[in-house]
Amino acid sequence: MAGRRLPAAEIWGRFNGCWRHWMSQRKRSRGSGLTQGDDEDFSVVPTQSPSQVQRNLESRSQEEINRKVTELVQFLLVKDQKKIPIKRVDILKKVIREYKDVYSEIVNRAGRTLQQVFGLQMVEIDTKHHIYILTSTLPRVEGENLKQDIQTAKLGLLIVILSFIFMKGNSAKDSAVWEFLRRLRVHPGEKHEVFGDVKKLVMEEFVRQKYLEITPIPLTDPPEFNFQWGPRAAKETSKKDILSFVAKMQKKEPSFWISQYNEAKANT
Amino acid sequence: MAAQMSDAHRRFLQVLMSHGIMEGAEARKLHRCCCEISKAYYAQDKLDDFVSTINNQLQPLFMQIRKGMSEVDGRTHYALVNMAETEITKMASDYAENELELFRKTMDLIILSENGFASSTDILNSADQLKTKKMKKKEAEQVLKIFVDDKWLSERNGEYTLHTRCIMEMEQYILSTYPDIAKKCNICHSLAIQSQACETCGTGMHLPCVGKYFKTQSRPRCPQCNDFWPYEIPDRSRIDSQSSSRRVSRRELQSL
Repeated sequence: MAGRRLPAAEIWGRFNGCWRHWMSQRKRSRGSGLTQGDDEDFSVVPTQSPSQVQRNLESRSQEEINRKVTELVQFLLVKDQKKIPIKRVDILKKVIREYKDVYSEIVNRAGRTLQQVFGLQMVEIDTKHHIYILTSTLPRVEGENLKQDIQTAKLGLLIVILSFIFMKGNSAKDSAVWEFLRRLRVHPGEKHEVFGDVKKLVMEEFVRQKYLEITPIPLTDPPEFNFQWGPRAAKETSKKDILSFVAKMQKKEPSFWISQYNEAKANT
Repeated sequence: MAAQMSDAHRRFLQVLMSHGIMEGAEARKLHRCCCEISKAYYAQDKLDDFVSTINNQLQPLFMQIRKGMSEVDGRTHYALVNMAETEITKMASDYAENELELFRKTMDLIILSENGFASSTDILNSADQLKTKKMKKKEAEQVLKIFVDDKWLSERNGEYTLHTRCIMEMEQYILSTYPDIAKKCNICHSLAIQSQACETCGTGMHLPCVGKYFKTQSRPRCPQCNDFWPYEIPDRSRIDSQSSSRRVSRRELQSL
């Protein structure tokens, strides 16, 4: 897919074109990753004074630390390519391991490497559970090099949903969203030619990737859900971009929608 | 001598990373786009220098942008590869144990085969005998699709071979893991998964390499034993003349 962005208008153009027949959704089994057998509690990072960190650092060789930094960078990149948010728990358990005492140093250096080489940064999207994603620090640009494939089509669908949510005042009921998608011949109950199980894509994959946040509305029977932008959507695109995409589609000026326009302006 | 790392380089790297592998022409276009966007100095036809700058930064991370040739059309491709370990570790962080085992079995079948392809029947049968955790045929089919999506495998008419990206990334691993079986191309000396081989002496060559090598010969003969080359020579017009990173020099041709 495109570098790191949701270039709304361009994706919509391709999405709207003919879709290639694509096989159905992936069933992902959990990747077991690296195996280890220690029982340490990896949910806690030891808090230490700077001088203590310094002493710990000195007890490890440069080479050892460099190796850990490299492993962490690779780990972060692999996870992020799959758009899987990265948990601190996993970082500690699978990469840092016995180097917990110099955790902050390793993470800082990994961050610097990510920025210097890749133009990426770690962004915490869940401060309670310490979950991160990587975002690009490069200036945003329209019309970046796009790979024509299932990813593009998925992003097209996502942008449509994000737009709908925004235009509805940043939150929409699931029934409204599906009704809207029905007009695009996307039905939750039917297997879609390109997306396969659309319901799963929207309600599981997009949520897992933190593009959408779907919460149940209490006391509803049958259960209804509320759709909102997820934290990754907020980081990878903007209300301004989405509004201009909608404006292009409808051949109007963004200022036509007064409250959304003001909101988008305030947001930048 | 090497240029400084700039946003143009970083942008190129981000896009290449998300694609995994890119054709030469696409990569050159990307080079130009990245320089334009970042308003950086664009040296046309200096993609390899541009890539070197990035590789200097990637080297301490045991990563590299490598140039390789597609076994299918001979075109140059650029891929971001992991050089850290000799095992399938880059994949390892992303797939389940039994998925990796299925991949290894598929790789075995491909490398042991005559034509570099493994039939889906054979692969699915081996899914049934996995030691880590057995996989039903339907699940195995989906895993194979994931491998194709992720560009580790390529599929053609229900048969699977290694994707160019996979070959580029795992060449060393394959050559060291299958020392007597994995074939090397007689012309460019790289790993050859799909190849034509002389029936007399076993000398093998990539299809695009065959096309190029026999371009100047009217009666194709094996470069080693001089027997007649029994196969149809791949269509020369389909082969990109700029493709291989290892050009066969005139002297090399004459000495064979």
